[in-house]
Amino acid sequence: MSVKQISVFLENKPGTLLEMTGVLAEKKVDMRALSLAETSEFGIARLIVDDVYAAATVLKENGFVHNITSVLCVCIPDEPGGLNKVLQLLSAAGVNVEYMYAFLGGKTVDHAYMIFRVQDRKAAAAALRSKGIRVVDQEEIAQL
Amino acid sequence: MERYYQPEIECASQEQIKAWQDERLVKQVKHVWDNVPYYRKKMEEKGVTPDDIKGRDDLHKLPFITKTDLRDAYPYGLMGKPLKDCVRIHSTSGTTGKRVVVFYTQHDIDLWEDCCARAITAAGGTDEDVCQVAYGFGLFTGGAGLNGGSHKVGCLTIPISSGNTDRQIGFIKDLSTTILCCTPSYAAYLGESMKEMGMTPDQIPLKAGIFGAEAWSEEMRQDIQNTLGIKAYDIYGLTELSGPGVAFECSEQNGMHINEDHFIAEIIDPDTGEVLPEGEKGELVFTAITKEAFPMLRYRTKDICMLSREKCSCGRTHVKMCKPMGRSDDMLIIRGVNVFPSQIETVLLNHGYPANYQIIVDRVNHTDTLDVHVEMTPEMFTDNLGEVSRRQKELVDGLRSMLGLTAKVTLVAPKSIVRSEGKAVRIIDKRKI
Repeated sequence: MSVKQISVFLENKPGTLLEMTGVLAEKKVDMRALSLAETSEFGIARLIVDDVYAAATVLKENGFVHNITSVLCVCIPDEPGGLNKVLQLLSAAGVNVEYMYAFLGGKTVDHAYMIFRVQDRKAAAAALRSKGIRVVDQEEIAQL
Repeated sequence: MERYYQPEIECASQEQIKAWQDERLVKQVKHVWDNVPYYRKKMEEKGVTPDDIKGRDDLHKLPFITKTDLRDAYPYGLMGKPLKDCVRIHSTSGTTGKRVVVFYTQHDIDLWEDCCARAITAAGGTDEDVCQVAYGFGLFTGGAGLNGGSHKVGCLTIPISSGNTDRQIGFIKDLSTTILCCTPSYAAYLGESMKEMGMTPDQIPLKAGIFGAEAWSEEMRQDIQNTLGIKAYDIYGLTELSGPGVAFECSEQNGMHINEDHFIAEIIDPDTGEVLPEGEKGELVFTAITKEAFPMLRYRTKDICMLSREKCSCGRTHVKMCKPMGRSDDMLIIRGVNVFPSQIETVLLNHGYPANYQIIVDRVNHTDTLDVHVEMTPEMFTDNLGEVSRRQKELVDGLRSMLGLTAKVTLVAPKSIVRSEGKAVRIIDKRKI
């Protein structure tokens, strides 16, 4: 059970991010989450979208280098200590987090979503589930 | 008053120069035929034997030696003497990463240093002078050549090598250096640094500079001369032929005298290989007629140039070459280092990048910069920033070990490198030389 993340290579110069959001908008791709990592010369945009296939296709057609990785999407109670509890469980299971970012579930839900990039996704998911933490899949993301 | 290191040679009559060249060429061709099977084979393929070469006028009958030959014959294939007779090597980069290694006997070094001594003397050097050799020492020929020449002239020689600007300026001030030998860009940089320190030209003890190993313009000469308060002289050479001192400028500062007692120069059409009349523009070809260990016959320099036998006011009679006007291949000279785009391509492919690249050369604050733009590919891309950066750094390291200089690597979007008529523009040289 995982969520597909699209990572896009972006040159670090004015207009490149706009160009990317432009082609996604044209294809009516709905972004759930966006995280940017950058060096002084280039950046990587990481996206969680409703329709992975449509997004990947339009990016490819427009010459954006990208790849798709499976990441863990975890529901985190929207309350103090929510993230702390999840990290404690991951730490106890010996899971190293390469990077992570969060987004809100919407007005009607009482939890946030956290995207985790980890080496051993299965072990991480099992450790969380055993303590009642919900890990969601692409379907749920698409329906948000 | 014009000074000469070897006046009887440097001011010899045209007849005398031709007599030397005829005699030495005949001898050299025999030497090569007997000792260099690689070149003998080339002669046989062309149907030429030593008997066909009676003098300079028969030179055109001989086959050329190119960079490709140097690569194919690496490392010993073009040697004219057994290794036990050789005392040193110098080395330069080749077209595809394989180095060119050149061998020297003691006699070769002696004649090479004579050539450098002529250049230093032509720049006004005597045994009263302090000569600071700020060319790199090591496999590069610049440091060793001028160092030997400076000894021959009797200058107090400072073998400081390149770099460390503070120390360079310290020696110039403390030991009252009068002659500076380095690349023109480094001379300009030293000049700027001294200016920033508040030194005016009359406070700088230097009187002359011998600057080579890279292309420089007349404007750059004026600039260096004004900042340092010196006369700046050009010097030309190639490792394949010995090193600096193949040709040098005199007081006229208008073209470089080729040391014709050691080298015969020809200008050819780079496309057909045909010899062009003196005075026409074409590719410069040299035949080394006195070298023992690495006797180059008709070596194609790929430098586009012109020769002139007009009488020179300095009194020297040897033919003059103009500053090279370009290349007939795509070699770049960056910070004095020869760089072929094919070398960069080799490194990119070895690191898993496609051959979609662009080389951008510029000159910032008188120093050459090399920026290699590489198009990102799906294969080379990951979602991990550290991983992409690590691959980028590996590429920088790979380029450094191949080229011997640090390049900046910029990863760019796919298809962002301009293509004209389907063919990529590989080199953008923004330097105004």
